[in-house]
Amino acid sequence: MTDAVVHGHESSTGISNVKLGMWAFLGSECLLFGGLISTYMLYRGRVTGGPRPAQIFDIPFTSVSSFVLLMSSLTMVLAVSAAHKNEDRKTNLWLTVTALLGATFVGGQVYEFTAFYNEGLGFSTSLFGSSFYTLTGFHGVHVTVGIIMLMALVGIFKRSEVPGKKAEVVEMIGLYWHFVDIIWIIIFTLVYLIPV
Amino acid sequence: MAIIERETEVMVPVTVTPTSTYGVLKRPVSATGWRAWVFTVDHKKLGLMYGATAMFFFIVGGVEALLIRLQLAAPNGKVLNADLYNQMFTMHATTMVFLFVMPMAAGLANYFIPLQIGARDVAFPRINALGFWLLLFGGIFINLSWFLGGAADGGWFMYAPNSGPVFSPTNGIDFWAFGLQIAGIASLTGAINLIVTVLNMRAPGMTLMKMPIFTWMMTVVQFLLLFAVPVITVALFLLSFQRNFGARFFDVAAGADPLLWQHLFWIFGHPEVYILVLPAFGIVSEVLPVFSRKPLFGYPFVVFSGAAIGFVGWGVWAHHMFASGLGPVSVAVFSLTTMAIAVPTGVKIINWTLTMWGGKLYFSTAMKFSIGLIVLFTVGGLSGVTHSVAPSDTQQTDTYYIVAHFHYVLFGGAVLGFFSGFYYWWPKMFGKMLNEKLGGWNFWLMVIGMNLTFGPMHILGLQGQPRRMYQWTEARAGEGFFNLAFWNLIASIGSFVLAVGILLFLINVVITARNPTKSPLDPWNSRSLEWMTSNPPKEHNFDVIPTVHHLDEFFHRKYEEDSATHTMRQIATAEEIMAEQERNADKHIHMPSPSYWPIVLAGAVPIITFGMIFSHLIAVIGGVILLFAAFGWALEPSTAPESDFENNSSQGTALDKVGH
Repeated sequence: MTDAVVHGHESSTGISNVKLGMWAFLGSECLLFGGLISTYMLYRGRVTGGPRPAQIFDIPFTSVSSFVLLMSSLTMVLAVSAAHKNEDRKTNLWLTVTALLGATFVGGQVYEFTAFYNEGLGFSTSLFGSSFYTLTGFHGVHVTVGIIMLMALVGIFKRSEVPGKKAEVVEMIGLYWHFVDIIWIIIFTLVYLIPV
Repeated sequence: MAIIERETEVMVPVTVTPTSTYGVLKRPVSATGWRAWVFTVDHKKLGLMYGATAMFFFIVGGVEALLIRLQLAAPNGKVLNADLYNQMFTMHATTMVFLFVMPMAAGLANYFIPLQIGARDVAFPRINALGFWLLLFGGIFINLSWFLGGAADGGWFMYAPNSGPVFSPTNGIDFWAFGLQIAGIASLTGAINLIVTVLNMRAPGMTLMKMPIFTWMMTVVQFLLLFAVPVITVALFLLSFQRNFGARFFDVAAGADPLLWQHLFWIFGHPEVYILVLPAFGIVSEVLPVFSRKPLFGYPFVVFSGAAIGFVGWGVWAHHMFASGLGPVSVAVFSLTTMAIAVPTGVKIINWTLTMWGGKLYFSTAMKFSIGLIVLFTVGGLSGVTHSVAPSDTQQTDTYYIVAHFHYVLFGGAVLGFFSGFYYWWPKMFGKMLNEKLGGWNFWLMVIGMNLTFGPMHILGLQGQPRRMYQWTEARAGEGFFNLAFWNLIASIGSFVLAVGILLFLINVVITARNPTKSPLDPWNSRSLEWMTSNPPKEHNFDVIPTVHHLDEFFHRKYEEDSATHTMRQIATAEEIMAEQERNADKHIHMPSPSYWPIVLAGAVPIITFGMIFSHLIAVIGGVILLFAAFGWALEPSTAPESDFENNSSQGTALDKVGH
């Protein structure tokens, strides 16, 4: 996954293999979330039992956790910038902060899911329930995978055994992290802000 | 694994083994025996393993097809019961589409793309290995269901709500959904790997429009996979969540819309059709020029029509759903787009025909298969255009007419193309030529067999015989020319002729393997870069990375145009070109090192899915292995660093490191 850039001769495009690969992967991810979002949009108003979206959404709470996630993109940028300047301590610091902000967001999602479940919205309750938990759950898993990668990176940097160029690896995980954030902006708008 | 050292003049390959690594496990170092295959990251070995796996599943799917034809040979067939018949046609299609055609294309792409673009390996060798193992394990996983309560029985497009637990209570569909999910990850990783390889690792001078046409078509296929696979991933997740965790996605009682599945499936499914057939188009576009002794007619048109097929292929999916009541506007739009997509395909047929026009045709077996593709694919293409006429299509939906159509395009297209590629590239892959005489029998039996099998299905379908009915009765067979009994029997006989044809291919492979005669270096007088190296290619593919000046670079190194007569005259032989490369060989080539992690990581995935079906504890164990493997992988550099090599000699410098 994270290996050295080309030695000997340049790549034909000038972009390193890992970065181009990550871009291709994110292109594919667009279609994954496209499918999930379409499913949610089709089913969001279909409630045969249990609560309707407007009855359970807590917009102020989710707005705060969305803000936290967006701020994590800022700290990620700072981490990439520090990595490019070879400032190891700063890189580790910002990576850790990014992971913590991400974890706060996931914590908020866990809290939210628990609250919704207690208010009567289970995974099998209605089409709204199934598609809501699937869409936001998939996003939550993506954030979690991002946190694991960030923490792993910090741990690996401490042992200073990084296959490949450090800044390149940080930048690649940064691409993934920003992508997941952008997806959340779309989900937050479509799921929470637009009334059914 | 190996640093290949070269002294001047004489090649002295010195295998130096890495002794230490960052990783959790020591690196595998065997260069021979089963370990050399299981832990390999070499694109050629992986290509061959893909091919062997695909061939195995081709035989499995073929036996399933023969059982289906045995059942339908006579009225009130008793070979299979209704339940087993449902499983048989579902698994026949699933096996042929996902476990034969896709892996075979992946195998050929793996083997030949790096060779055709003048690279020493792919961009991500370990991800490449991961893809192969996932495909193999996914295929085995799907087929495990035969022994664990029954295979999937909902037809290969598994329409909802028929795929729900109420209508299909066995675990067959669970195995199917998870197995395809695993194969899907394989396709996705393969697509990313090959896209990056083609975009980033071309030899100096090889612009996109100097790329061999097979590489071009496979690149289009990889982009289709990149964007189509996630859509079926979503569909399969919805299905699994419904079956295993009580989600309501396709539960009509909860207000669900079963058309959701159809849309998701066919948004994947129609690009999938081109994923299946474009590789064959690429092969034919390589073979026809070589055996016509002419360049490909209108190379840019073939390239751009391939890309156009890739784009328009996204806008035609609902023609699979004309009978589901989409409404007149949707039907009209999708009718028109379906007619439109025939145009770029027609462009290709014209190009192939005009490539042969005026050429010095040499009818090798590879050439016969390619011409067979042009003719038979066109038949299937024409019946495909009839489907764009929605009123007529509504009549033909779910009849044998459809079965006839897609077998003409898939067997007449994809399979004949692959066989053309086998005969053409066999000397490249194994250093020996397949027997041409047996090849002729192989070709004619397959072509006659396929026409006998699938030709009558047009008549059967127009007469209204539905697909997926496990029996037909004499009372409804009709009379005279349109008698169902007659045509069903012909189709069944044809399927066995076809099977004998394929058996001859397998016999040919065995005979060739036992025959000690080596093939010449350039047996067909070929045009593209993969022939500019030894047969089979060395581990590092090329002694010198070629600098490319022309489309058909290898041809232009052998021939030069005589300006006075405008004819081509030979200026060098393949052997001379090869000898010159060996003289100038790069010293000290670092190839990507073998790794345990791809197979360990791939092995964890079916454990997880198995656990999802039977016991979540097993899934957790699989998850732990997965995480362990992911970390082992991330900590291991793909090419062992200099310090990892014992007796790391000071001679030479690392001229080229391959793979990242």
